[in-house]
Amino acid sequence: MNGLMTEEHRSSIELRLPSRLGFEKVAMGTAASVAKLMGFTEERIQDLKTAVAEACINAMEHGNKLDETLCVGVILSVGPETLEVKVLDTGEGPKGHAATPDIDRKMHEEEEARGMGMFLIEALVDEVEWVSAPPAGSYARMVIHLHPTKH
Amino acid sequence: MQEKTTDVKMEEVQCGTGDPITVLRFAGDITSASKAAVLGTYQGIPESTKRILLDFSKVEYLNSSGIALVIQMMIAASKNGQTIQTFGLTPHFQKVFTMVGITKYTKLHADEKAACAAFLG
Repeated sequence: MNGLMTEEHRSSIELRLPSRLGFEKVAMGTAASVAKLMGFTEERIQDLKTAVAEACINAMEHGNKLDETLCVGVILSVGPETLEVKVLDTGEGPKGHAATPDIDRKMHEEEEARGMGMFLIEALVDEVEWVSAPPAGSYARMVIHLHPTKH
Repeated sequence: MQEKTTDVKMEEVQCGTGDPITVLRFAGDITSASKAAVLGTYQGIPESTKRILLDFSKVEYLNSSGIALVIQMMIAASKNGQTIQTFGLTPHFQKVFTMVGITKYTKLHADEKAACAAFLG
């Protein structure tokens, strides 16, 4: 499949999900199918599934405040060596960087047990950026490489 | 479409000598909708129980909110002086649990036999 792609001719797939928890699985399944067609290993597909699910959950919960009238957009772009996934919502985007979870602080209830989604996304994909563009909304852009130089 | 539910079965198993071990066998999805299933089931374990096994071998989907519930259960277990061993996680979620540091508070085992044996060692 990747032999048919050039950077100038990226194939793309777009989804529009309601902001209802559970629908992130539709994006997960689609991303996994595309990654499999491109020849990604099972390990990388599992990494991508978790990253896409967490990005969609963040978009539904924090971006669109679980307002089911608002959609979360998911755009998958297939390149010869990369799969890019953008997850768009109507919010202002995350403030600050993903904090590394401190399990000791969590166990001592000094830090919320939740709040690991952005950390997992950053840890599991090769590239990630958070783009805030109010009032249009914001998006998370994630990329995995078929042949990463480092991982 | 609704989120898939979490099924949790609580069992007691005997492993070597000593008191039985309580096993929580999770199945389905573990997400933010699983609070009652995860923490509610844990609360049904007597405080006198000191050895708990978590079986994730039938879990189909686990996200960060679900992992947070597992951490909350571990906090409660720690307060009660209970030890938790874990088995049945896929290689991907073994990696995720390691990334977030949970392995500092519970060991991940390949199977139930190895997890039970860890209580004896």
